[in-house]
Amino acid sequence: MKRYSAFAVAREALRNHMGWERAWASPEPKKKYDVIIIGAGGHGLATAYYLGKNFGITNVAVLEKGWLGGGNTGRNTTIIRSNYLQDPSAAMYEKSRSLYETLSQDLNYNIMYSPRGVIMLAQTEHEVRGYKRTAHANALQGVTTEFISPQRVKEIVPIINLDGPRYPVLGGLWQARAGTARHDAVAWGFARACSAMGMDIIQKCEVTGISREGGRVTGVSTNRGDIACDKLGIVVAGHSGHLADMAGFRLPIESVSLQALVSEPIKPCMDCVVMANTVHGYMSQSDKGEMVIGGGTDGYNNYTQRGAFHHIEETVRALVETFPMISRLKMLRQWGGIVDVTGDRSPILSKTPVEGVFINCGWGTGGFKATPGSGWGFAELMAKGHSPLCNEFGLNRFKEGRFIDESVAAGVAH
Amino acid sequence: MLILTCPCCGVTAEETEFHGGGEAHVTRFGPGSSEDDFHGYLFEKVNPKGVHFERWRHNNGCGKWFHAARCTVTLEVFGTYSAQTTEPPQDIKDKISAKRPGWSWREFA
Repeated sequence: MKRYSAFAVAREALRNHMGWERAWASPEPKKKYDVIIIGAGGHGLATAYYLGKNFGITNVAVLEKGWLGGGNTGRNTTIIRSNYLQDPSAAMYEKSRSLYETLSQDLNYNIMYSPRGVIMLAQTEHEVRGYKRTAHANALQGVTTEFISPQRVKEIVPIINLDGPRYPVLGGLWQARAGTARHDAVAWGFARACSAMGMDIIQKCEVTGISREGGRVTGVSTNRGDIACDKLGIVVAGHSGHLADMAGFRLPIESVSLQALVSEPIKPCMDCVVMANTVHGYMSQSDKGEMVIGGGTDGYNNYTQRGAFHHIEETVRALVETFPMISRLKMLRQWGGIVDVTGDRSPILSKTPVEGVFINCGWGTGGFKATPGSGWGFAELMAKGHSPLCNEFGLNRFKEGRFIDESVAAGVAH
Repeated sequence: MLILTCPCCGVTAEETEFHGGGEAHVTRFGPGSSEDDFHGYLFEKVNPKGVHFERWRHNNGCGKWFHAARCTVTLEVFGTYSAQTTEPPQDIKDKISAKRPGWSWREFA
């Protein structure tokens, strides 16, 4: 792998940019790998990367049925934050956020991490109390957040309307080092680094079956032949239930569609991320100038990557009340992603009833922010069988009643 | 956008008039059951990619619960039926078999 640098740009400028090589290879699958990861999205590729970087395991294949980063990795609203209420969540998301700070340097790939700050608006008395509590919890967890006044919110976001008739802004939970990153670049950067370590990233390779022998995984069948492995990591978000079915167990997960939309590009008007959980909307401005808007989930199981139209109306109606200046904005695109939602709105990083099969799922509506941290912890879990970052996120927590309840703390939007 | 017909009052309306209630035909395991049964009843979901049976409530209408057979990939509604049953009626199953040969859902097929 040739390093990207200012020198490389200058060198290529002098020879008509003929020397850039492909960022990652597209090899044919081998007969056997030590570890197979199903799903070449952010989390799957991050897992492979940290398996190689932290544990020296490089005989790894990452299988992807579509194209790299084409699922939820390329469909989210790119928000990164770690202001969660519960200790295990705060540890996981803060680890992830801190990894994002230096990820561009670590991967030698510009992921455009922009710690522009995230405000979660408190628009009811209940939310004010909830976010004050979260700010206190974050102080104990070592996550830097503060509860700010409506005047401070207005200073940070001049375009906001503080005294909306239905949902006045009563304050906000402010995390200054939260922000956004380029979601595609995160997947591409990890893929390039994995490929450089000798791992095989195999796209258009759909897993159709999981072979077991005596309760232990032996390999997978795919549309490109059978591939054997010692350990298997399932990192497929919305399709987790489908893959778990192949491996012969059920998950406490339901897949629903979550929508997002972007507007036409306009001049810079908002340099942070604003989330309004009471009204189910959140918004930031991309580097191109588009307003990136995230909405709510559908209320029923869904694999369509579309989402119901009335949710767009709800989201836009709420945001227009909060930001009156966007009322004439044209929307350019709308799409949906299939998110895997657990009962307590916390992820599952766990061993499974099948020996050698590990599962990383249940990130629901907020997985992008966790990409490097999830990969870090899940790689440790796969390599060593346990990980301090993942211990609380086991599948057995449901049976044992140890929920990590973020459904109240995080509202609906992540 | 889903269009459902409430079998209780006969009204056909789009989804904002209804509210999804999750997986149907769940067998309840209460106090005295084994831990595995209780865990399965509370948490384990079918979450199929394809044919699915769900509970719905006619929230902004007659207010009654009913069941719907639906495809989670195409959003096609195969039919709705009364909730006073432990398994999908034969005519709904036949309708699904005609459109999705070889389907199965938990113990039903």
